[in-house]
Formats: sequence, structure tokens, C-alpha cells
Amino acid sequence: MPVNMIVCCKQVPDPEAPPSVFKVADNKMTLPPDVKPVIGQYEEFALEAALKIKDTGGGKITALSLGNNFVRDVIKKAVAVGSDELILLEDEAFEGGDSWSTANALATAIKKIGEYDVIFCGRQSSDWDAGQVGLGIAEILGIPAVTLARKVEVVDGKARVERVIPDGYQVVEVALPALIIVTSGIGALRYATLKGIMAAAKKQPVIWKPADIGLEPSQIGAAGRYSKLDKLFQPVKEAKCEIIEGETPAEAGANLAVKLREAKLL
Amino acid sequence: MAEYKGILVCGELMDGKLASITTELLGCGRKLADDLKEDLCCLLAGDSVGEASKEAIAFGADKIYIVEHPILKEYQADSYIQVAEKLARDISPRIILMGQTSMGRDFAPRLSFRLGTSLTTDCLDLSVNPETKLLVQTRPVYGGNAQAIFTSDVMPQMATVRTKAMSPLERDDSRKGEVIATKIDIDTSKVRTKILETVKEEAVGIKLDDAPVIVSGGRGMGGPEPFQTTLKELADLLHGAVGASRPPADNGWVPEALHIGLTGKIVAPDIYIAIAISGASQHTAGCTGSKHIIAINKDPEANIFRDAELGVVGKYEDVVPALTNKLKELLAA
Ligand SMILES: Cc1cc2nc3c(=O)[nH]c(=O)nc-3n(C[C@H](O)[C@H](O)[C@H](O)COP(=O)(O)OP(=O)(O)OC[C@H]3O[C@@H](n4cnc5c(N)ncnc54)[C@H](O)[C@@H]3O)c2cc1C
Ligand SMILES: Nc1ncnc2c1ncn2[C@@H]1O[C@H](COP(=O)(O)O)[C@@H](O)[C@H]1O
Repeated sequence: MPVNMIVCCKQVPDPEAPPSVFKVADNKMTLPPDVKPVIGQYEEFALEAALKIKDTGGGKITALSLGNNFVRDVIKKAVAVGSDELILLEDEAFEGGDSWSTANALATAIKKIGEYDVIFCGRQSSDWDAGQVGLGIAEILGIPAVTLARKVEVVDGKARVERVIPDGYQVVEVALPALIIVTSGIGALRYATLKGIMAAAKKQPVIWKPADIGLEPSQIGAAGRYSKLDKLFQPVKEAKCEIIEGETPAEAGANLAVKLREAKLL
Repeated sequence: MAEYKGILVCGELMDGKLASITTELLGCGRKLADDLKEDLCCLLAGDSVGEASKEAIAFGADKIYIVEHPILKEYQADSYIQVAEKLARDISPRIILMGQTSMGRDFAPRLSFRLGTSLTTDCLDLSVNPETKLLVQTRPVYGGNAQAIFTSDVMPQMATVRTKAMSPLERDDSRKGEVIATKIDIDTSKVRTKILETVKEEAVGIKLDDAPVIVSGGRGMGGPEPFQTTLKELADLLHGAVGASRPPADNGWVPEALHIGLTGKIVAPDIYIAIAISGASQHTAGCTGSKHIIAINKDPEANIFRDAELGVVGKYEDVVPALTNKLKELLAA
């Protein structure tokens, strides 16, 4: 059975840029221009989950993203790896949202898309780490949601999900349509194929402005926030590492043992 | 409009007892309740709550709402939410607190959207602004590279709290509190998910949560084997446990339960030895509560040396066996 899927992808600054380049100025995160935007890590896992389903049963994948100033080559990666459609909620007014206004806008766009069996989200965005938007979309749409999926199969109108729990996993079954939130065990996102890269180059993303999904500027982005960001700051951290030396790495290892004993750490 | 008053902690039970996160939440909630001069309430839901309500009082709660129902034996969002939503609407708390645990991550966002309010997840600090009486919520963002302070005037104000970020009160069994058995109808037809199977995957031996020493390996270990030999040998010697960064868990080298960090376990042992781990902020988020961090990495520029107090630069294949052997010798002496 072909499965109709939507994957919510967020464009974020590379979360694995070295900690030293993250600088807060004026209550905003500023990053040097050489830190490139990427699709968030858990959204890449979500894409992979959708692609695995498409591999087995066929189907259609629509990548959906909300933001502003999308870097086309970055967000089009969703198409290059195998998504069929790309819809961008792109407008200045979408900027600065919180979990509430973001989930609301994405859910409203999904209603406009209309048909879907599975919506995939990542467990948390790779910049604000909130872990809320997926469940928010499910609540707004009134559909069931399963979190922390590391394996997803669709059979007979149901999804069967391996859901990570602290000391193992559960196998959870849910009727579709449903929202599934993906974690990392699903497997790394596949590389784009040449065919995919060409398809992405040709693809014109569909752009929706707030009015296209029937939302007022007061309901979205910074204006639609429920929670106020009072302050963004960086606690000072003094680096104080003592490097234990030795003639060889092995000797350094032995010297570490001596040091640990001397310091009565062990 | 209802008057929002008091603090509600959504408790978690573990083997019939209060989970440690719940005692931490009660510790933090007690302080907030005293500052506001309002009650600290605690919801305990399960198939049988037993003695846990007494414990919750001993750890600081004024009122315990007990909801017992066979379907609550195992946590499922669609059943638990019926309980929490109903109670929250009935008692209109000003603040709702939960743990940033497996259950809290799955549950708190749903409850906040259902109640039409905002939520701040993974808080490290909570306080009450004396003028506005609003909850001041501090949480790490950008993988721990910064922290943000949020407030919201939409009621109830909701937050989840990181495990081990708050201290429980000293248990005091002479404390008084009120236990309110609450009947809430649960519509089982609204439970849209079905748990077919629960599989335990935990490694044998000392649990990460209890281990005084954690020997943790990263992607640089190269495969599953050294986790069972090189790292395990050192961990066993120190009566500790083996842990990992995310890639070894993702690659199936170790069970997911060993994954430490922002999206894994938060640990706080006496000694954390990070081996072939680069020290991404998302990883160190899970171990900076350790008393002493020790790093072994072949790259002298690795970020882990920013968090460590002692370090050795070198390949783990050379450094770790020598460390283990020398320690064996010293510990035997
Ligand atoms: C939202 C989000 C959440 C995340 N959550 C987590 C989390 O909870 N936990 C987590 O760990 N990660 C998490 N990550 C991933 C994190 O950003 C890093 O990708 C990850 O921690 C890297 O793991 P690593 O240090 O093992 O691997 P790498 O970064 O690849 O580092 C390997 C290290 O091993 C060293 N090395 C290689 N060979 C040897 C050798 N022979 N001897 C000694 N040293 C050697 C290298 O010098 C290098 O420093 C998250 C990422 C995001 C975006
Ligand atoms: N701006 C966005 N555009 C598309 N999807 C998003 C956006 N923000 C969040 N999401 C989705 O929601 C998940 C959780 O995000 P968050 O609640 O911000 O941590 C992400 O992994 C995405 O799948």
C-alpha cells in the first residue's frame, strides 16, 4: 500500500559547529558565516524513516518546513534524498516563533495539504532542543502520536513502531493517520543519488505565505508566541584541563593512573 | 476566569515507589510553593499507588491526588492525559511540573497543547519573580551552548525539569499532608496506541544511574568490541559501568540504554572517563554534573578537554590498557 507521508524539516545552524563559535549578542545567537545551515539531525532521521517506508511499500513524501530565508540547496536536500514535494512556509512573519506558534502554523499547513497517512517529526530541533512541535501538531490535528521511534513499518493501515524506553524498547501499534516522532536509532540519512540531485535542482518548492494558510500575522512567529524569551546568555566556563604527559601515550596512561591515586580520586 | 493557584507536580512511580525525579520535583516545588505561599500538590496515577503517597508527603507535598485504574499500570499517553487534563482543569494550578524523563518528554507537550498553554522543557532552574509572581524558567538551548530564560503569562505555566538538576528535601516522615483519592473516568476507546511488546535491553552489571565511575566510549572506539574488552576491563576494575556517546548506540555497538547526553541519559558519577569522545556540547550536557571528568583523546584540540579536569592525548589503544594495568598495580598495593 503506498503511504502518503509528510516530514517536518527545520533548517538550523550546524549543531556540531565547535562550541567556541556560538556567541550570544543582544539576546540572539550569532554565528560566523562559515557555520553553514543544515537540516536538523533528527529531521534527517525522520526523512530516513519515511524513505525506508517508501522503499518497501512505495508512497509519496512531502517535506514541509517553516522559517525564513531558506538556503535552497540546504532545504532541497530533502528532495535530493528522495522526497517528492517540498513546501516552504517562508516569510519574515514566521520568524522568532515558539513551540506553540510553530506547531500551529505547521498544523494549519498540514490541514491545507489535506491527505496524509503519517506525519514524521524529529524528537527535537537541533537549535532550540525543545522537543514539543511534533506532539503539538498531533494535538492540534487530533491524531495519535508515538514518540522516540527507532523503527517504523506500515502494514494494513497501521504503523508498527519500535519506541525507545529507558531500558529497552516497546513495540507500539497505532492506526493511521498518525504522527511519529523519530529518534536516532533509525539509521543515518542516506546519501543523495545523482538522479535525486538532478530532481532537486529542477524542483520549484511551493511557497506558502501566512495568508495562504489563512493565518493572521498576529498568530504566527514572534507575535504568536505564548512564552517570552527574557534572556539568552552563556554561563562562563573556565577551561582548566591538566594534560598528563609521558614519553609515550602508554606512559602517559600509566602516569594518569598515578595522578588519580595521588589525587585520591580512586 | 478560574483563579490559578498552587503547584501541581505530576509524579512518576518506579516499582511502586516515587521515582527519584519526583522527589527532586517536590524539592523544587516546595521552594516555589513557599515563595508563593500556596500549596504543593502531587498527582500519583497508577494501577495501585500504595505507599508512594506517604513518601510524597515526606518529601514535601501538601496534597496528594491519587488516581488508580487498571489501565494506568503501564504509562500510555492517551490514558494518562485524561487523568492529568481533568485534574488540571478541576484544580487550576498556577504551575505544573514534570520530569524531563522518558514519560515527561512524551507527556508534557501533549498536556500543554491540550490545556492551551505553553511549556518550557528541560529546565535547570526555576524560580518565582517576586513582582510578577511568574515562573522564571531557565533551560539550555543550542545543545548546551547557551541558556535561555523564559516566562509566560498564559496559565497554567508548565515546565519539565532535567533529572538530577534539583535536590530533594530530606525525607521527613513527620510531615503532614492530605491524601485525596480521586475518581476519574478513563475512556479506554480514546487510547489510540497499543503496546504489543516491551523488551528490556539493559546491559548486565551496574546501572549507569548508580555507578560511581563511568567509562564512556565514543565513535573513535571504532566498533563494538573494545566496549566489551578495553572499556569493560577498566570499568570492572573501578566497580563502574560502561557508557557511550550517541554514535556507538546509533551504530548498534552498545544498547541504546548506554547513550549519554542531551537525548540520552543524564549522569553524575564521581568520575567520568570520556574515551575517544570529541566532546560535542550535546554529549557533555549529559555528564557535566560529574565530580571529575577525565578525557582520553588522540586529538589535542578535541572539545572534551574544555570540560575535563585531567586528560591524556593519545590513541586509546595505547593509553587505556596502560592506565588499567597501572591502576591494577596501584590498587593492589
Ligand atoms: C539535538 C541533538 C542532540 C544530540 N544528543 C546527543 C546525546 O545525547 N549524546 C551524544 O553523545 N551526542 C548527541 N548528539 C550528537 C553530537 O552532536 C555528536 O555528534 C556526538 O556526541 C559525537 O560523538 P563522538 O564524540 O563519539 O564522535 P566524534 O565527534 O566523531 O568524535 C570521535 C572522537 O574520537 C577521537 N578518536 C578517534 N580515534 C581515536 C583513538 N583511536 N583513540 C583516541 N581517540 C580517538 C577523535 O579525535 C574524536 O575526538 C546530539 C546532536 C544533536 C543535534
Ligand atoms: N520550523 C520548523 N519547520 C519544520 N519542522 C519543524 C520546525 N520546527 C520544529 N519542527 C519539527 O518539530 C520537531 C521538534 O521540534 P522542537 O519542538 O522545536 O524541538 C523537529 O524535529 C521538526 O520535525
